[in-house]
Amino acid sequence: MTERAAKQQKLAHPVPPANVIIQFQSPEGEATGPQLDVPHDVTPAQLETLLNGLLQAAERLPYSFFIEEQELAAELGAHLLKHKASVESVLRVVYQPQAVFKVRAVTRCTASMPGHAEAVLSVNFSPDGRQLASGSGDSTVRFWDLRTQTPKHTCKGHRSWVLVVAWSPDAAIVASGDHSGGIWLWDPATGKPLGQCKGHRKFITSVSWEPAHAELPSRRFCSGSKDATIKVWEASTRRCLFTMSNHTQAITQVKWGGDGLIYSAARDCSINVWAAADGRMVRSLKGHGHWVNTMSLSTGYALRTGSFDHTGSIPPDMDAAKAAAQQRYDTARDGRPERLVTGSDDFTLFLWEPSTQKQPLARMTGHMQLINQVTFSPNGRWVVSASFDKSVKLWDGIKGTFVATFRGHVGPVYQVAWSADSRLFVSGSKDSTLKVWDLRSKKLLMDLPGHADEVFSVDWSPDGESVASGGKDKVLKLWRR
Amino acid sequence: MPQGEHIELHRKRYGRQLDHEERTRKKEARSVKKRASMAQRTLGIKGKMLAKERAKEKAVMKKTIAMHEERDKEKKADDGQKGGAVPAYLLEREQVERAKVLSNTIKQKRKEKAGKWEVPLPKVRPVAEDEMFKVLRTGKRKKKEWKRMVTKVTFVPPGFTRKPPKYERFIRPTGLRMNKAHVTHPELKATFQLEILGVKKNPNGQAYTGLGVVTKGTIIEVNVSELGLVTPGGKVVWGKYAQVTNNPENDGCINAVLLV
Repeated sequence: MTERAAKQQKLAHPVPPANVIIQFQSPEGEATGPQLDVPHDVTPAQLETLLNGLLQAAERLPYSFFIEEQELAAELGAHLLKHKASVESVLRVVYQPQAVFKVRAVTRCTASMPGHAEAVLSVNFSPDGRQLASGSGDSTVRFWDLRTQTPKHTCKGHRSWVLVVAWSPDAAIVASGDHSGGIWLWDPATGKPLGQCKGHRKFITSVSWEPAHAELPSRRFCSGSKDATIKVWEASTRRCLFTMSNHTQAITQVKWGGDGLIYSAARDCSINVWAAADGRMVRSLKGHGHWVNTMSLSTGYALRTGSFDHTGSIPPDMDAAKAAAQQRYDTARDGRPERLVTGSDDFTLFLWEPSTQKQPLARMTGHMQLINQVTFSPNGRWVVSASFDKSVKLWDGIKGTFVATFRGHVGPVYQVAWSADSRLFVSGSKDSTLKVWDLRSKKLLMDLPGHADEVFSVDWSPDGESVASGGKDKVLKLWRR
Repeated sequence: MPQGEHIELHRKRYGRQLDHEERTRKKEARSVKKRASMAQRTLGIKGKMLAKERAKEKAVMKKTIAMHEERDKEKKADDGQKGGAVPAYLLEREQVERAKVLSNTIKQKRKEKAGKWEVPLPKVRPVAEDEMFKVLRTGKRKKKEWKRMVTKVTFVPPGFTRKPPKYERFIRPTGLRMNKAHVTHPELKATFQLEILGVKKNPNGQAYTGLGVVTKGTIIEVNVSELGLVTPGGKVVWGKYAQVTNNPENDGCINAVLLV
């Protein structure tokens, strides 16, 4: 009887092998250091110490480890058992550097800031994370003080709903576009209008500034509108420098890339690549079967934040700022050309390398409803797509393969925003909740209810401290830890 | 030449009176007064009906006049729509209003629960039991009265075997049994003679549905394979519901209209 019990126990709990032979591999594919014999219960933290020792880095950098595309979250032995990886051959462990600083998840709503008379349509933090601007259906742009969480300036001037609000990368000017086609420029410090850019005939869908490393102080920006044209404006004179009109239907998104190219996505199912210097069309990327709704660049975060980083330090002068912006851009690019991901009404996403080729790198299918927003993570390694099928999907940003689905929302997911260290992202949906998701565990981290109606816009501040959200209930909410 | 065409033939040959156009014009002009005097003088039920018709005409006329006037009216320019602000990604997307969606789903659920369907004849005259059944006296002294004979048209399925005659309570006479119905397609306005597959629901009661009694307003299922209807998925439709529109026991045939 006891013999039988012992045998059963042995069969129920097979003893894993005591030691595993691993080989560290860099993300590019080259081996780092010799083969190592590690015990089966080694944790990622211990592997990190080992790797730091091998690389002989001056300071200890955090890494995340992947065995055959699966992230190592627990002990090595448990991971191998779960994923049934063979230990006969040498195990290749690919390491990827992570952001040095860690952003903590937001847990509670610290302030509900009413003030707008109509739904809040757009919420944007400044590139340095100190200021907050919001555009609303009551045709005003409001600036909010983050420390006291009260309204600072109310900017009146628009004739209809303010649809788009965009900060310049040096946080000196805010451009806002409205439903009747007018663009106003505001000074965030005083709240006074700098001028109006007239030219578009129909509503403005998107505004994008020239990156900081190309030009400081920020001078030019481009805007896309329903009248199927993209206009490049000069901020100081409010003059339209040139107009790019090749699209046949409404433009849904424009982005000013870091290589002197402007990308525009439109409802005529194509994405056009233009030269920013003269407005000549370089390439047209075709492939989508329906409206292209959204677009994101792999270097997008670096272009948006310019010379500011998560520490909040202000560079001393223009040249230092430009150099800092250039350095941030180069680390974001990582030696590869910029990648572009686009999401469309045909339920698919495409990954492109627009500066080199016309063919897409990958087609990402899987969503069951139209895709409302796609965003690259700040480190350019992941892509997250928010769709009307109530799910958020995570994709690999370099190859375009599917990684995970995040389910939890009960209504269409409208917008997603990444934290500055690429470890967390927050999603806002029609069901009036925001949800914070963890990248490593691929699970829901925090559920943030509180809004009374649909959440139209979310943004995570570049210093990682707070999340701002606004929606149909006319209230702007700030969430902190 | 048929005898009703003499007038027309004369008109073709000799034309009309020389002052025909003027006469008709003047008659039309006078007709307004005539109508008005008729409306004022007619009494009783005729007067009421006339008044109702005129009221309807007046309403329609007022509406058309208002429509024409709108063209000349000056409207204030729409300066930024009030309410309903949506972000750029939701513009030009047909979003069904939440309240409407909810109320529609609730309404549908209620309808399904109540078993109410949209049929051409929503209400029919109820048929009483003594009209439906005739009591048959049986037994040696003709004293027992538990047997009933159905006096309306019934549908009996083809493979049906009856209970032993001594024990059957409801007798459905073969003279009143019918297999076919004259079914009209409401849009095509064409009538076909189609086989009945079964009686779905008799509005007078479930008991009558079970017996297969076909009265006015009964929903029957008919074999429409002749019509060659195909579903959007590509499958051939062979049975559809139809509602009976006449009193079959009076006419000797079942007339129905197809429920599309």
